[in-house]
Amino acid sequence: MKWHRIYALLLRYLYLYPRSVPRILDIFFWPVTDLLVWGFLTIYLQNIQPDAPYFGRMLLGSLILWNFTNRSQQGISIAFLEEIWEKNLINIFITPISLKEFLAATILVGLARIAVLGTFLGTAAFLMFHFNLLSFGWYLVPFILNLFVFGWVLGLFATSIIMRFGQSAQVLAFTLTVILMPFAAVFYPVSVLPPVVKHISLALPISHIFEGMRSVVLQQSLSPDTIVIASVLNIIWLIVALSLFFFMFEYMREKGQLSKLVD
Amino acid sequence: MEKILSVKNLSKTFNGVRAVNNISFSVAKGEIVGLLGPNGAGKTTTIQMILGLIKPTRGTITVFGKNLETHRMEILSEVNFSSAYISLPGNLKVWENLYTFARLYGVKNYKKRVEELARFFEITPLLSKLYVRLSSGQATRVNLAKALLNSPKLLFLDEPTSSLDPDIADRVRKLLKKIQKEQALTILYTTHNMIEVEELCDRAIFIHQGKIVTEGTPKQLIKRFGLKDLNEVFIKIARKS
Repeated sequence: MKWHRIYALLLRYLYLYPRSVPRILDIFFWPVTDLLVWGFLTIYLQNIQPDAPYFGRMLLGSLILWNFTNRSQQGISIAFLEEIWEKNLINIFITPISLKEFLAATILVGLARIAVLGTFLGTAAFLMFHFNLLSFGWYLVPFILNLFVFGWVLGLFATSIIMRFGQSAQVLAFTLTVILMPFAAVFYPVSVLPPVVKHISLALPISHIFEGMRSVVLQQSLSPDTIVIASVLNIIWLIVALSLFFFMFEYMREKGQLSKLVD
Repeated sequence: MEKILSVKNLSKTFNGVRAVNNISFSVAKGEIVGLLGPNGAGKTTTIQMILGLIKPTRGTITVFGKNLETHRMEILSEVNFSSAYISLPGNLKVWENLYTFARLYGVKNYKKRVEELARFFEITPLLSKLYVRLSSGQATRVNLAKALLNSPKLLFLDEPTSSLDPDIADRVRKLLKKIQKEQALTILYTTHNMIEVEELCDRAIFIHQGKIVTEGTPKQLIKRFGLKDLNEVFIKIARKS
């Protein structure tokens, strides 16, 4: 892997941000809209249920952490779509860039988005609703890492499907996390899910992370098993997603799909 | 003469349909070779196989004496491609596009290289414009500048003048000739403009229904078919069932 090629692509995506209103809205406006809705809901819940102050912490914590997965996924799949929309995919893949370098650049874009978004949302939540994200302490590190990695997994899945089915599948780049949300136990515990859905939920690493977050809020402790299970599941999902992604790229080369994608 | 590109028994089948059918040809250093044929003849598929974008069903491609399948990255760092049908990102400024691709190709002193090419193609005043705001003539010159960023030894041009008016097309052809002479660049060129082929190409290869029908210098081809010009040769080949 050559850093100059990763850096070139990273800059290519970052050049877009200062002059793109939709991209700025995507980082600042929509997440804040979510924060306001959930923030006011928590105030209301605290008013009607004053003996359960942890509700607010759980809901706002879930919301901010969920955004890490969501933005990480979009970092990969929207970068790929960007090249399709701009008819630039062929230009990129006739350079000596490898698929690994392309992925590394998109992961870094996701990381940059998350760093900005996390700081901004964390500060906004603190100023508006007195919610301190850092109150999760060191647990935040494995939480964010696992949520971020599962975001790549979803990004790789969405991109692989776009490679296979073309632009008609591009909606997945924006909706895959939403489709998954009911199973991911983001705002409620896995225990409330029906038995079949519970099995699906437990197969997702992020369900364990959100369970862990709730455990930190309610019991001020976290079993190391939760992080180990989430990490192992993440590794398994990542291997599957990477294999699918590389397979689909070769499938595209086999079927001559690269040029068809930009038509 | 040193062979830059060698294609042997190359075939590509898509869902049982043979897009390219057992073609073999080679291109020597410094040659401009026209890859010609009607729409759907297999030209673009052939070029995309040589660029590693499509996997051949059968056959071998050797570039600079190296096998494409095993030395793809090495080869790609020394070739480039420009097509009328592929654009650069419209939401980036021209300099942002050129810097991005220069970095991707690992060009040393890339800012100087971009300046040189901008002067050569007379696009210096366009560098700070968004690519989407360029006219087709300006965009073609920027695309060509991008295609020369890595000082390629082998350049693929896919109908580079197809969307240009005759005046700009003539200027682009003159620029291409100038670069080709200065750098002994090898070019594989596809176009439907036969006057362009007569003016630019040392040799032409006609493909029809995935097969090479004939090849030779423009003069040889006109003589071989006993026709007035290459345009008539093209029509005759295209109408052959």
